[in-house]
Amino acid sequence: MDTNTAIKELLYKIADDQLIIGHRNSEWTGLGPILEEDIAFSSMAQDKLGQSQAIYNILNSMGEQDADTLAFMRNAAQFHCNHLVEMPIGGYDFSLIRHFLFDHAEWLRFDMLMNSSFEPIAKLARKYRGEIKYHIMHADVWLKQLGNATEESHNRMQTALDNSFNMALGIFENGPHEEQLKSEKIFEGEEILKQQWLKKISPIIELANLELPAESTWNPSLGGRAGKHTEYLQPLLDEMTEVFKIDPSAEW
Amino acid sequence: MNTETIYHALEEVMDPEIPTISIIDLGIVTGVEIQNDDIYIKLTPTFSGCPALKVMEQLVFEKLTPLTAGKVNVETNFDVSWNSDMITEKGRQMLLKHGLAPPPKHEGYIELDVLSDVACPHCRSRNTEMKSPFGATLCRSMHYCSNCMQAFEQFKPVI
Repeated sequence: MDTNTAIKELLYKIADDQLIIGHRNSEWTGLGPILEEDIAFSSMAQDKLGQSQAIYNILNSMGEQDADTLAFMRNAAQFHCNHLVEMPIGGYDFSLIRHFLFDHAEWLRFDMLMNSSFEPIAKLARKYRGEIKYHIMHADVWLKQLGNATEESHNRMQTALDNSFNMALGIFENGPHEEQLKSEKIFEGEEILKQQWLKKISPIIELANLELPAESTWNPSLGGRAGKHTEYLQPLLDEMTEVFKIDPSAEW
Repeated sequence: MNTETIYHALEEVMDPEIPTISIIDLGIVTGVEIQNDDIYIKLTPTFSGCPALKVMEQLVFEKLTPLTAGKVNVETNFDVSWNSDMITEKGRQMLLKHGLAPPPKHEGYIELDVLSDVACPHCRSRNTEMKSPFGATLCRSMHYCSNCMQAFEQFKPVI
């Protein structure tokens, strides 16, 4: 397999995760439980959309279509995002837990990619790592706060964690080119990333007085990377492209 | 026309979201080149999702076009990764003038304690606390001063 195919596969899954979680985050705009949180999720949405755009631009420079076409003109089966990011926002408990689980994985992924032999993504990774640092600080504060607050908040966070964890494991679904990406020092691979992630989130979950689901129950929700999605992705894509599709040739 | 006149002109191009600071003092101009009569400018984003980027490209284009008979090319890329230590000393004063606490020098390390230890831009007291790492724009966080009892914003440190 040529290197470009492997790199593209890696870039698509990262950019699609960012685009979709960005849109989900933006669904809290105007609805956040307090003003600061409304702004926080809106800001994180803006970061992630901007980050996805620059990755789509790299794909464009490698012969794929332009960023707008990639973001707005594909259907669900052509997306490579994981199942966790495509889920509806649910309650604030779920959105915070997803934010915590996904953003730590994302920060670690970019931390790894800073040293990638593929310089265009290494450059972006160095930048994104600093931006996403704010996202994980935000997530950690709320996890510890709500995990340790009232019985209700604790139970809701634990339930959300239990319900999200297998989808979060799906973030680390192996791609078809893992060995090649590793041997060419482009990306160290999903398995190492998963181990780093577990090591990073476990002490924070403990400080929040929450518990990771027992390992015997782990059953990663797979398929997203290969275009097999939950029933929630296509309606999201339809909504986000509704205006665009009225007149795709319109000048904005 | 030489690079010095271009830098000088760019000192008059202000950040549209913080109109007291120029893009030079903000530290986002990473390349100025003249080839024949054509001008090539490179910018680097403060935050990659910053919506002011396109506006700044346009402002630079408009500012420099009268200076040359040739073309003006403005490109934003990530070749140089912006970090908040790139804001000049003058820029930090200009942020204060706008009522924004300048980002602390971070030298590559940012944790909650760095973010929270901020002097109030109104009364200079350090008796302040961070309310949220996110504010009115991507580059700001929200704080409260317990001395003068006013809310204020900080330009966030970024590594």
